[in-house]
Amino acid sequence: MPEKSGAEILIDTLIEQGVDTVFGYPGGAVLPIYDALFQQTKIRHVLVRHEAGAAHAAEGYARSTGKPGVVLVTSGPGATNAVTGIADAFMDSIPLVVLTGQVGTNLIGTDAFQEADTVGITRHCSKHNYLVKDPADLATVVREAFAIATKGRPGPVVIDIPKNVQVATAATDVKRPARSRFTYAGEADYAEINRAVELIANAKAPIFYTGGGIINSGPAASEALRALAELTGAPVTSTLMGLGAYPASGEAWLGMLGMHGTYEANMAMNQCDVMICLGARFDDRVTGRLDAFSPDSIKIHVDIDRSSINKTVRVDLPIVADVGMAIRQMVDVWKGRKYKKQRLDEWWARIAGWRAVDCLSYPGSTQEIMPQYAIERLFEATKDKAPIITTEVGQHQMWAAQHFHFDAPNKWLTSGGLGTMGYGLPAAIGAQMGDPDALVIDIAGEASIQMNIQEMATATQYRLPVKVFILNNEWMGMVRQWQELTYESRYSESYSDSLPDFVALAEAYGWKGIRCDDPAKLDDAIAEMLNFDGPVMFDCRVHKTSNCFPMIPSGAAHTDMILSADQVSGTMDDEAKALV
Amino acid sequence: MHIQQELTERHVLTLTVDNEAGTLARIAGMFTSRGYNIDSLTVADISEDHTTSRITIVTKGPPPVIDQIIAQCERLIPVHKVTDLTEAGPHVERELALVKVSSTGDQRVEAMRLADIYRARVIDATTNSFIFEITGGPEKIDTFVALMREVGLVEVGRTGIVGLMRGADAS
Repeated sequence: MPEKSGAEILIDTLIEQGVDTVFGYPGGAVLPIYDALFQQTKIRHVLVRHEAGAAHAAEGYARSTGKPGVVLVTSGPGATNAVTGIADAFMDSIPLVVLTGQVGTNLIGTDAFQEADTVGITRHCSKHNYLVKDPADLATVVREAFAIATKGRPGPVVIDIPKNVQVATAATDVKRPARSRFTYAGEADYAEINRAVELIANAKAPIFYTGGGIINSGPAASEALRALAELTGAPVTSTLMGLGAYPASGEAWLGMLGMHGTYEANMAMNQCDVMICLGARFDDRVTGRLDAFSPDSIKIHVDIDRSSINKTVRVDLPIVADVGMAIRQMVDVWKGRKYKKQRLDEWWARIAGWRAVDCLSYPGSTQEIMPQYAIERLFEATKDKAPIITTEVGQHQMWAAQHFHFDAPNKWLTSGGLGTMGYGLPAAIGAQMGDPDALVIDIAGEASIQMNIQEMATATQYRLPVKVFILNNEWMGMVRQWQELTYESRYSESYSDSLPDFVALAEAYGWKGIRCDDPAKLDDAIAEMLNFDGPVMFDCRVHKTSNCFPMIPSGAAHTDMILSADQVSGTMDDEAKALV
Repeated sequence: MHIQQELTERHVLTLTVDNEAGTLARIAGMFTSRGYNIDSLTVADISEDHTTSRITIVTKGPPPVIDQIIAQCERLIPVHKVTDLTEAGPHVERELALVKVSSTGDQRVEAMRLADIYRARVIDATTNSFIFEITGGPEKIDTFVALMREVGLVEVGRTGIVGLMRGADAS
């Protein structure tokens, strides 16, 4: 009977699962796996500079390609460093398979060198996890892990492999059947779809509230959404995670909703009579104050995860299904019953009134680069190149969501649920590995970029032409903004002191560095960045004290938006705030 | 500002789960990390091939929270099925307790007499102590233990509740 080592079985099974790229960092407890990697040619290993970078790179790869991302790290600190990325993938439903080394089974529990209870630590921030104690189980576990990571609501799966299990051998011709214990939702019940379609067809003020579930369901789901929006004539808004599912250039597009969403999207959510939530989860950044959230609407919620339904907002028609299939079913039923597009003129007229507020406008400047202006110019310069945009977390992220526009899914990679600073650069590296020809830009802030700045070396090593576009205002801008709004401008520790010279830093890593602080020269500088065949760090010096508006203060209702800096929260009545 | 307390209901949930390392930690930890209550929890292997265990959890919460608890349990990979016995209809609940009393004279006689009334069995005896074994619903055991306090209760061990639906169908 032929036998192979656990490490070889692992590599064979990864190849069988179609894995061609692994993001990782070696260490004592994964040396047997790295040796097996060395002796094959089908899997490319991308050596990151910190394990957090490996996990975020795998996320970026997964989100841009739709394939699961694979991470390989050592035991102890290797695994704990990857935890933020695992938690991030769990919150944003990103399929990852994370392979962690572990001390030998005989040493587990003895506080051995580089031992950490990886399975215990990741239990509640992964979709599932395993400790494999026998190489004979490895192939089955890996197959099951890929199925769990990718099917149903996607998420990260951790496989902890003790070093002796990597070395020990097992028969390879025994195919243990994968356990069939795992079920997930597919098509929706037609009775529910019929009811949903009836509600939409009879609505006077319907709205589609779409989320990352549509992206996760695949490109066909985005196509189906476009068809449904066209058939029904209803407006579409999206969460941060769902941008690109419906094209920003589409007629029905209201912009993003939520805390930094548009005035028209939030007012329409508040005033609608039928809300169709498709693959979104009523996150607190979206709902604002729950008891004032869309008080008079009938709510339909399609989600693949039953636990997302009625978690925070009670809905009238829950539909547990793959959102892409459910939308397609709605389209079929709509057409089958020959429903006509509703006359929604009155509803669209109200929306036009809210749009007229022009909530994304900002004071212009010829002296300084306004951060919003920088994003607008970046968008104009790249919109014909179908760029993949990643972000860090903070003001720059929200400005990018507001002023960069996406017409296709899988082009917008941002840390939504966990809000992880340091996500953007490694995610850009992962996305570039997934599509070497794509234009990949990390829109960053000067504070966030420093959280995983070591990954510049990874881009250099693999000749990845990623662009990092830093909106440098010398502040942790979102922290400062909250301190202004809530703590009477006591700027506790939010100044980005002792910043590096980003241009010199870029050159030190073998990148090109560009600095620009003049709005008149911005377009040329952006062109210079785009024309450079290699990684570029762009230090865009922007107006230092701009804040991100509109904004629903935390815990406020959709109608309590602050539209510009001169409005102070809590001093006007709701009606006044909504109108200004 | 004060923390608001909501009205809670007691529910008995039974879970059929894979009998493998970490399943109990996964479920118990999920309750902790999401802030749910566990009043009692029992777990034991129930299948012929030792691949399946049954967990009975007694929990408390407002109805939407109970609904969310069930959904969150179902979301865990090793959980096959969750039944809310309290919602499902008529069901039986039983718990076993071991109750040690130490007393002499009239108190010892009274302990024995009460045990008889409650159909508790003596499973260990010395000249100045008994261990009683009692099964029943949680109220019966609560009452019995309260009575034993008056006649020399030393310690109590309880299994927590197991339950099944009445009738021929599996829950």
